[in-house]
Amino acid sequence: MRIRIENGTVVDPSQNLDAKRTIYIDGKKIKDVLEPEDISNPPFSADETDYVYNAEGQIICPGFLDMHVHFRDPGQEYKETIETGCKAAAHGGFTDVCCMPNTVPVNDQPEITKYMIEKARALGGTRVHPVATISPGSNGKALTEMGLLLQAGACAFSDDGYPVTDAQLMRRAMEYARSFDALIISHCEEMRLASGVMNEGIISTRMGLAGIPNAAESIMVMRDIALCELTGARLHIAHVSTAQSVEAIRRAKEKGLPVTAETAPHYFTLTDSAVLEYDTNAKMNPPLRSEKDREAIRKGLADGVIDAIATDHAPHAELEKKVPFDLAANGIIGLETSVSLSMSLVHDGILTFSQFVEKMSLNPSKILKITPKMVASGQAADITIIDPSKAYSVSSKSFQSKSRNTPFDGWSCRGKVMRTIADGKIIY
Amino acid sequence: MNRFHKKHILDMASLSVDEIELILNTATALKEISERPIKKVPTLRGKSIVHFFHEPSTRTRTSFEIAAKRMSADTFSISASTSSMTKGETLLDTVTNLQAMNPDIIVMRHSVSGAPHFVAKHLNASVINAGDGMHAHPTQCLLDLMTAKEAVGKIKGLKLSIIGDIFHSRVARSNIVGFVKMGATVTVAGPCTMIPPGIDSLGAQVTHSLEEAISGADIIMTLRIQKERQNNFFFPSEREYASLFGLSYDRLKAMNKNAFIMHPGPINRGVELSSDVADCPESLILKQVANGVAIRMALIYLLMGGTRDAHSN
Repeated sequence: MRIRIENGTVVDPSQNLDAKRTIYIDGKKIKDVLEPEDISNPPFSADETDYVYNAEGQIICPGFLDMHVHFRDPGQEYKETIETGCKAAAHGGFTDVCCMPNTVPVNDQPEITKYMIEKARALGGTRVHPVATISPGSNGKALTEMGLLLQAGACAFSDDGYPVTDAQLMRRAMEYARSFDALIISHCEEMRLASGVMNEGIISTRMGLAGIPNAAESIMVMRDIALCELTGARLHIAHVSTAQSVEAIRRAKEKGLPVTAETAPHYFTLTDSAVLEYDTNAKMNPPLRSEKDREAIRKGLADGVIDAIATDHAPHAELEKKVPFDLAANGIIGLETSVSLSMSLVHDGILTFSQFVEKMSLNPSKILKITPKMVASGQAADITIIDPSKAYSVSSKSFQSKSRNTPFDGWSCRGKVMRTIADGKIIY
Repeated sequence: MNRFHKKHILDMASLSVDEIELILNTATALKEISERPIKKVPTLRGKSIVHFFHEPSTRTRTSFEIAAKRMSADTFSISASTSSMTKGETLLDTVTNLQAMNPDIIVMRHSVSGAPHFVAKHLNASVINAGDGMHAHPTQCLLDLMTAKEAVGKIKGLKLSIIGDIFHSRVARSNIVGFVKMGATVTVAGPCTMIPPGIDSLGAQVTHSLEEAISGADIIMTLRIQKERQNNFFFPSEREYASLFGLSYDRLKAMNKNAFIMHPGPINRGVELSSDVADCPESLILKQVANGVAIRMALIYLLMGGTRDAHSN
């Protein structure tokens, strides 16, 4: 298929590009990217073009990568499948996603890794990059076959919601991973301290809910940074939610340690006041924090301490959320609201357009050592097109995801994904 | 017009000063019924009240039962062990099934904070919170307000000190909100582990000194220390707690000669207070229990559309 995208502005931080361009896609590749005055000499004529997209007033970006999603497949397909998850990702502007391993069974075997990749490949939409577990069964007792899992296509290792409590195992995991220059992703949580259901503070006291202090996260961030310093392995801190974690990561980076970090849109958008009225769609782990933390997250994004925005897309069925707060499942879906919520950082002057694209595409690719996408001639045609000023109201009813657990239903947003193209195919 | 417009009684924060006064005045008027030889009025004949207790309770449950029966309402009881929830039914299914039988009021106790709010969102019946997790126990606060007012004369300007495990106490949370709203000063005291962060934002003063909490108080309320909290390291031992924060009559009198004593029950004699305090002339503990019936009669009466004036004839 031959596609021409005209009148749009390409924002591609990998080339330091922010200018009007016309893009020609032929098959799976970008054939040419021309300045508007050069289009007298196109790589293929108007007659040979199958589809023309007018991107007037819109931004053309290298395809987005969400490095933290849960697709529940295999094992909990009533919440999400690779198919519905990939569709949600495509609608949300993502050409690539990294699936966390807490499926049933967990992704601790090369066969499970292959299953995820193949299932997504057969669908021909958003690509899936599985994260495999650090320990078999995520039980924190031994190492998975990291070499074989990498060969099968695993992109990183994490025990995600079952953080490795044994410091010796974590040390060995990092050392062993370093043999392959593989990435360890750490969901930082000291489980005993984190025995509550929401952020610990004035609101948890008022509501009589057990709190989770900031230290439950930062204590593990600091431990894993110390192990990173010891082992030299590449460490990525998942879903940073506290000011103290941002500070610890800042210091680690100043020391030159190979530490990177992500946060999720809800941590720079909401605070624990969203839990008032016992709204179970505001229950997640780590929990929504205080306004002070929210500001620290925004500042960390602005000054580069936080490298990437990832959703922690966590689908749950209605019956798992329509229960009293203590009993509700943790997590919210995020793929179909991430770009719009993150665009508010641009509107608020926290990020430039170029930095926004870095957080959504370039940086996660670099962290995962997946070839960064570029809007340039000869590159794979992986493109996300955004209308930064389009205002709309979020409607969870129209989501592609199988689940509806979002606190953002009915929110007014400015900035919307218009098209997603992966391997030259329009997937949204 | 003294009409009551609340549909549910979920916590003290959602009641206004006027509403609280109306409840207290109504309870005072209804209290006399319990002192008659025939302790029953026909006012709520034909109304059904479900007592849905998902957590053990003797005092509160019995109090609600007696209150409903004295008003001639029909009562039905469901407890955690006899309900289908032990068979895996969700809370929402249990209460929607209850709703289908069309009760007028559901009195609910649950171990999870916010459970009555959750139920109220999905029901037509009125919900009275009889205690939810660590969050709220509004009927306890109302009966404490009534008892305090009877003993001291007025709530405005009264000094209440609450001593003990504030962290886990729904009674403390509701009493802080309710007494402060009615113009009292509330001080909480206990070891730091038992004082939750931000409790001052509810309007309470915080102290870790027993003497400070006791010396200026008009009313001293001690809370039950739950032995099982030792598992999470909230305190080292009952012996240590009793020696640092336990109240004996001698100790009480040395610090404050006139204060009244309250306790929401059940009491651990010898831990948070000694027997001579529990049974002393200044103890209001049994008056609290008696007033509990009157408060609950008033609440079901008002929720069913009664006005104070209508009954006072």
